[in-house]
Amino acid sequence: MIAADLYTALPEIVLALFAMAALMVGVFGSKDKLAEPILWATAGLMVLLALFVGSKGLEEQTAFNGMYLADAFAHFSKMVILISAAVVMVMGQSYMAARGLLKFEYPILIALSVVGMMLMVSAGDLIALYMGLELQSLALYVIATMNRDSQRSTEAGLKYFILGALASGLLLYGASLTYGYAGTTLFAGIISTISEDGMSIGLLMGLAFMLAGLAFKVSAVPFHMWTPDVYEGAPTPVTAFFATAPKVAAMALIARVVHEAFGVVPGDWSQIIAFLAAASMFVGAIAAIGQRDIKRLMAYSSISHMGFALVGLAAGTAQGVQGMLVYLAIYVTMNIGVFAFILTMSRDGKPVTDIGSLRQYSKAEPLRALALLILMFSLAGVPPLVGFFGKFYVLWAAVQAGLTWLAVAGGIASVIGAFYYLRIVYYMYFGDEIEPLDHVRAPVQASLLVASAAIMVLGVINLFGVESAASLAANALVR
Amino acid sequence: MLNLLSIITFTPAIAAAILAFFLRGEDEAAQANAKWVALVATLATFAASLIMLIGFDPQDTGFQFVEEHDWIMGFTYKMGVDGISILFVMLTTALMPITIGACWNVTHRVKEYMIAFLVLETLMIGVFTALDLVLFYLFFEAGLIPMFLIIGIWGGKDRIYAAFKFFLYTFLGSVLMLVAMIAMYVDAGTTDIPTLLNHQFSTETISLAGWQIIGGMQSLLFLAFFASFAVKMPMWPVHTWLPDAHVQAPTAGSVILAAVLLKMGGYGFLRFSLPMFPVASDIFAPLVLWLSAIAIVYTSLVALMQEDMKKLIAYSSVAHMGFVTMGIFAANQQGLDGAIFQMISHGFISGALFLAVGVIYDRMHTREIVAYGGLINRMPVYAAIFLLFTMANVGLPGTSGFVGEFLTFLGVFQVNTWVAFFAATGVILSAAYALWLFRRVVMGELIKESLKSIKDMDRREKTLMAPLVVMTLLLGVYPALVTDIIGPSVAALVEGHTLALQAHEAASQLAQN
Repeated sequence: MIAADLYTALPEIVLALFAMAALMVGVFGSKDKLAEPILWATAGLMVLLALFVGSKGLEEQTAFNGMYLADAFAHFSKMVILISAAVVMVMGQSYMAARGLLKFEYPILIALSVVGMMLMVSAGDLIALYMGLELQSLALYVIATMNRDSQRSTEAGLKYFILGALASGLLLYGASLTYGYAGTTLFAGIISTISEDGMSIGLLMGLAFMLAGLAFKVSAVPFHMWTPDVYEGAPTPVTAFFATAPKVAAMALIARVVHEAFGVVPGDWSQIIAFLAAASMFVGAIAAIGQRDIKRLMAYSSISHMGFALVGLAAGTAQGVQGMLVYLAIYVTMNIGVFAFILTMSRDGKPVTDIGSLRQYSKAEPLRALALLILMFSLAGVPPLVGFFGKFYVLWAAVQAGLTWLAVAGGIASVIGAFYYLRIVYYMYFGDEIEPLDHVRAPVQASLLVASAAIMVLGVINLFGVESAASLAANALVR
Repeated sequence: MLNLLSIITFTPAIAAAILAFFLRGEDEAAQANAKWVALVATLATFAASLIMLIGFDPQDTGFQFVEEHDWIMGFTYKMGVDGISILFVMLTTALMPITIGACWNVTHRVKEYMIAFLVLETLMIGVFTALDLVLFYLFFEAGLIPMFLIIGIWGGKDRIYAAFKFFLYTFLGSVLMLVAMIAMYVDAGTTDIPTLLNHQFSTETISLAGWQIIGGMQSLLFLAFFASFAVKMPMWPVHTWLPDAHVQAPTAGSVILAAVLLKMGGYGFLRFSLPMFPVASDIFAPLVLWLSAIAIVYTSLVALMQEDMKKLIAYSSVAHMGFVTMGIFAANQQGLDGAIFQMISHGFISGALFLAVGVIYDRMHTREIVAYGGLINRMPVYAAIFLLFTMANVGLPGTSGFVGEFLTFLGVFQVNTWVAFFAATGVILSAAYALWLFRRVVMGELIKESLKSIKDMDRREKTLMAPLVVMTLLLGVYPALVTDIIGPSVAALVEGHTLALQAHEAASQLAQN
């Protein structure tokens, strides 16, 4: 029995054991000289695990008496998480090394946080949920302060920690209420209690508190205040990581909780999520207009994008979950490309993040400028780029579920949001010339940037099959 | 050839890709190569579209040259043309080589300029050939990207403001259309345009937030589409992006904007609003007719007071588009024939007028009317051509401008005499501003020192103008060239519209009894 359970949770176990072994090697070995091999090994292992998880496909297994669920939904989310984490880690390696930030703990912490994320998307129980979430968050708090000598970075980490602890408190309170009223922490038990006895006020409070705690993790408005500061303060590779894998994990977790534990009463949570979605879309779009720092701008952009992903979830249907998953996969791809570009932005060897420094970038680097232009239009959701299909999917799900007002709001928010993406294009192509950015030879970053842009263009043909995979995943979650 | 439409649509895009990947360098030879590649590609596209025109059967009112392939999310890649769309494809392919020729003197980032125009051509043709709602939206919206760049990179002094205004204005209009399209998909279960043309959207009155919405879902869908097409058209009062965009855009950009991009709005009304939402079209027709009448009179008055030539022509475009919407929503054979005819003819005339402004702008680098005067003394050929297009713009019989205006009047007179009356005063006003412009720029003594050495049009400019002159006169004396092709399709459209209205009438009377 236990062997079968362990086999079901093999990917997490392998990664956790690897992280611990690497920690030992790092401590007793020659420390930071090993950072690079450890990083590559971690990235390689993550890709292998992604393939392994992907090979499980539609298999559905539970382990540890239902605390751990491995279904198509979990597999899909884990693949996105693992691959994006590996890519982001490799992408930021040279940046960290050049600035003396590549300590051997860095890949290990990322590996541990990824273990946490994988547990999150596989959680079938409130305790498993909390364990995964905290493992992920604690690792992230430390990574945010990776640049110990920078006031910004430590401030970002501390801010993230304090607010994150508050959110965890909310979540835990909600979980305890739910446990108190449902009598069980298992999602399967909660849902059967609700279908038998109906939704009690205590359960409703529990749900609301849990959603508040989880909304913090996806930085949905009104729990978004930490995002810009942390994005700005953390070293850029870390910011890139924050913007990708943890967002996917937290969104998947929300989907898991609302469908697996509260799936019989969609009316109760879809209102809350619809509110979070609408507020995030608008605040993200409007607040980004005033930003001059590209990392802060991307922070608000991610808030807005999370709002769109929540639109899919608010629909409360399998189609909505499918839209959310497609949206997240597209969002992660775009963000990897944009952050690959931000990593190459430097002047006199120092990183710059002011968007004004992009003026006339298209003259110096036509190909990279074109790739960034495509990504910006894709982020804005202009067809025929793939970013449009992500938006189309979630809006479609919303209209189908009768939330036409939310779809209209999403459309208007995307117009407001288009303004600041266009401004980056404007700086690159029409701005006045100033002192140009350094010409950085960055083969890894440049190829990721171009590849991401190429995906945005070529994806119009068939979205690379993400659609059908997401559909299978969504149908595994929503029955 | 089975894939003729795809070939026509994507030839320019392939040429753009070739330019992007294989052309290196910024020197003069590379620039010349870029221009020649673009010219050859657009001419090849035009040749392919001529093959399509020859193979087209006007008597068949269905879609021809249809191609269909599966695509993502249950949409289809479906292309086809009917009598309504084929001439817009022809207009686009015919004007593109002229547009490329108009930017022959550009030296700033030539390669990118050519790529932008070639991509734009693909997207414009795609709009007129797409037979899937989402495919249509894809082409319709994507056109904003190259146009944004054309205005922003190669435009005039205030190009940034104009580019942003153009993009955000039209983008806002079309996201509402996107939501409406999604609603149609949910309601009808398909995005196939020929199927949707036969689908009846509910007209039952619904109440929304305390408002009784007559025409129900159809009205809401109509309004969402209207928001998009009215901005694109542009109709008064959402026309304000157009003068800015026109003034700041480079000559070739203005030509394509006036000649083709504006027609997308009109095409949208013809393809979607009128046939898919007949009841709502009928409900809102008086509103649209009056907006058109206001547009014609008001923008003509505004045009009268302009000091910038391009702005004047831009306002005159808005006025002429007023005739188009008026004709469309008259919803009878003459009105629709006139509207389509007017769009085709305006494509040639306004394109030619912007080229004419470009000719003297290239020489003097100003578009201020007061900077000119007496050009006839040194530029007789230019004066003659400019006079011809001024007259065509006014609607002089014998030019294509007359036929379009006359037919739309004929159409709207049967529906609403007062609108026809006010619109007719617009014709007088258009004569006033166009002739006054001509007098101030071309006539009189040449007294300005700066103009003393100005040269007449060179061979390239004459070559560009020649086909436009021919088309304007030919369509003016033999309008059947157009009406024979569009006639049967328009008749089918009108018949379908009338039947749908009668059915609705009968149904609502039944409900009352």
